[in-house]
Amino acid sequence: MENLSTLIHLDYTLMIVGIGAALLGSVSGALGTYAVLRRQSLLGDAISHAALPGIAIAFLLTGSKTPLILVLGAAIAGWLGTLLIMSIVRLTRIKYDSALAIVLSTFFGFGLVLHTLIQRTGNANQAGLDTFLFGQAATILARDVLTIGILGGIALIVMLIFWKELKLLVFDEGFAASIGLPIRALDILLTSLLVIAIVLGLQAVGAVLMSAMLVAPAVAARQWTNRLRLMVFLAACFGALAGVSGTIISSTMSRIPTGPTIVLCATVVVGLSIAFAPNRGLVWNRIRQQRHRHGLKTAADGLLKQSQQRSE
Amino acid sequence: MHEHLDIQLIAIVTAVACALPGVFLVLRRMTLMSDAISHAILPGIVLAFFLTESLSSPLLILAAAGTGVLTVLFVELLQRTKLVKEDAAIGLTFPALFSIGVILISRFAGNVHLDMDAVLLGELAYAPLNRLQAFGSDLGPVSLYVMGTILVLNLIFILVFYKELKLVTFDASLAAALGFTPTLIHYGLMTLVSVTTVGAFDAVGSILVVALIAGPPATAYLMTDKLSRMLVLSAIIGSVNAVCGYWLASLFDVSIAGAIATMTLFIFGLVFLVVPNRGLIAIARRHARQKWEFAQTMLAIHLFNHEGLPEAAAESAIADLHEHLSWDPVFTTQVVKYALNNRYVSREEAQLVLTEQGRAIAQQALVQ
Repeated sequence: MENLSTLIHLDYTLMIVGIGAALLGSVSGALGTYAVLRRQSLLGDAISHAALPGIAIAFLLTGSKTPLILVLGAAIAGWLGTLLIMSIVRLTRIKYDSALAIVLSTFFGFGLVLHTLIQRTGNANQAGLDTFLFGQAATILARDVLTIGILGGIALIVMLIFWKELKLLVFDEGFAASIGLPIRALDILLTSLLVIAIVLGLQAVGAVLMSAMLVAPAVAARQWTNRLRLMVFLAACFGALAGVSGTIISSTMSRIPTGPTIVLCATVVVGLSIAFAPNRGLVWNRIRQQRHRHGLKTAADGLLKQSQQRSE
Repeated sequence: MHEHLDIQLIAIVTAVACALPGVFLVLRRMTLMSDAISHAILPGIVLAFFLTESLSSPLLILAAAGTGVLTVLFVELLQRTKLVKEDAAIGLTFPALFSIGVILISRFAGNVHLDMDAVLLGELAYAPLNRLQAFGSDLGPVSLYVMGTILVLNLIFILVFYKELKLVTFDASLAAALGFTPTLIHYGLMTLVSVTTVGAFDAVGSILVVALIAGPPATAYLMTDKLSRMLVLSAIIGSVNAVCGYWLASLFDVSIAGAIATMTLFIFGLVFLVVPNRGLIAIARRHARQKWEFAQTMLAIHLFNHEGLPEAAAESAIADLHEHLSWDPVFTTQVVKYALNNRYVSREEAQLVLTEQGRAIAQQALVQ
């Protein structure tokens, strides 16, 4: 009887974590599509690292460890980091990649300084930084799932409201500007949505691996379709799939952390998509090439035969 | 006191060793490759660590550097399928490899001492504790020798292949046409970056290595147009960051690597603000000056167009100028004052008259 109740309890925890990971996966997958299409795949990496000082400052200012306050601090810092990247690229000749690398690493370093400052006051537990770096999917509670659902849902609804404008921004920025769309404002809106997805995901997979949650589902989805609508939908599905399967795999084996497992599952989905997706996939390409070669050969044989018959 | 000196020396040597190849990464827009390499070497480090059980064995550095080069190769293979763009290829590869590393550690490293924090964040303060002993005497910290060797390697590579590196960086197709193989130089550089990253991660950890590689060269890029000067400046800026960061850290008793990264951001921001010609202040000043000069030229053209014609008196009356030019009255007064100061116009009773100089700029502007 007792065994049964632990089993049910375990399954309940697993279910909550699974739902949380699925929600996170779908939100970051859908929004990551835009980052990948705009060739800003690594923006997520920068935002997630740049969030660390925000968390530390939020803690230093309020002295509380309420997730919502820390998440707000993370979001503000991540957002400021992105604005800094944008202005460095706009105002200097430093290219996007260097601007990203500088903001990512130095914001993180500053966060580390603040973190050691907090540690010295003896006010924080050592585990804080590890959680930030690698996430702790196992600690997702029903309350967190609600937060993820509400905030992620809002981000997705905003994405749908500005669907047309964002689509134009992604595919033809010049045209969007010429018909009078506020490009900078849309850019900032899209970044803010990404920041929401990233900050929510930090708890599950952590800062180091967050970029994969944005990039992998979108890259996988890209292989299956040329339509944005379908790509966003597929990326959300792949993200959810990776979240759920990663959670289940890491729970069935001992000492396998959830975050990295989710990332590896997403990577497997990408690998399968690159190999087997119709039209674009590598296997499909190979088959098509061979068919072409075969077609060419029969055509050449036919021509040869014809010319032989004519000469006879 | 001795320890202070040791740590600063290690920090300076590490910073310079990272900054030199960093210059080429920044110029070739491949900075994020260093981010990818520094994360992706984790499984290499873990596997070599299982074999050698030491964090400073040469085998570990070789294995990790090998993983770094493999990462570059893998990213390029993904790109070559034409199914994935470069940024996405990087964003896919390094988290996957890093995940494998983390899983290996948490699954098998329970009985060995490999701390994730040490790999990711490093701890410069402990670096001098591991000392090189020979012939019964103390020769100094091991990591100083490791990073010193890597620095010398980097210097030799850059000095020997300076011409090739320059050509491949600024005009890869010309380099290929002239018979230099860009691929060879590329992989040489990537091998150096991998080795440097592995050597440095021990001291500053894999995330802050990126600050050392990207920060000083980008700062130097704002200050000069010459490759040789950029290399020297990067090395100097890297050293300044390292020393200032160290003292900042000992003043507030915080993480040394974090403080060096913070100094990197601070110095970059400072240069970004004040550097002549390209700094924010210089840009703002230029914009302001251009605004006044443009208005002044417009004024000169207006006066020139009506010069010697019957309506000239009405058109050049100072009190009515703002109506003719459709400008704000206050702005018009300021422009008139600016032009008077520059002696492009002169005041004759209530009218404004062009001087020789003023006529010249009006004519020049109209010709253009």
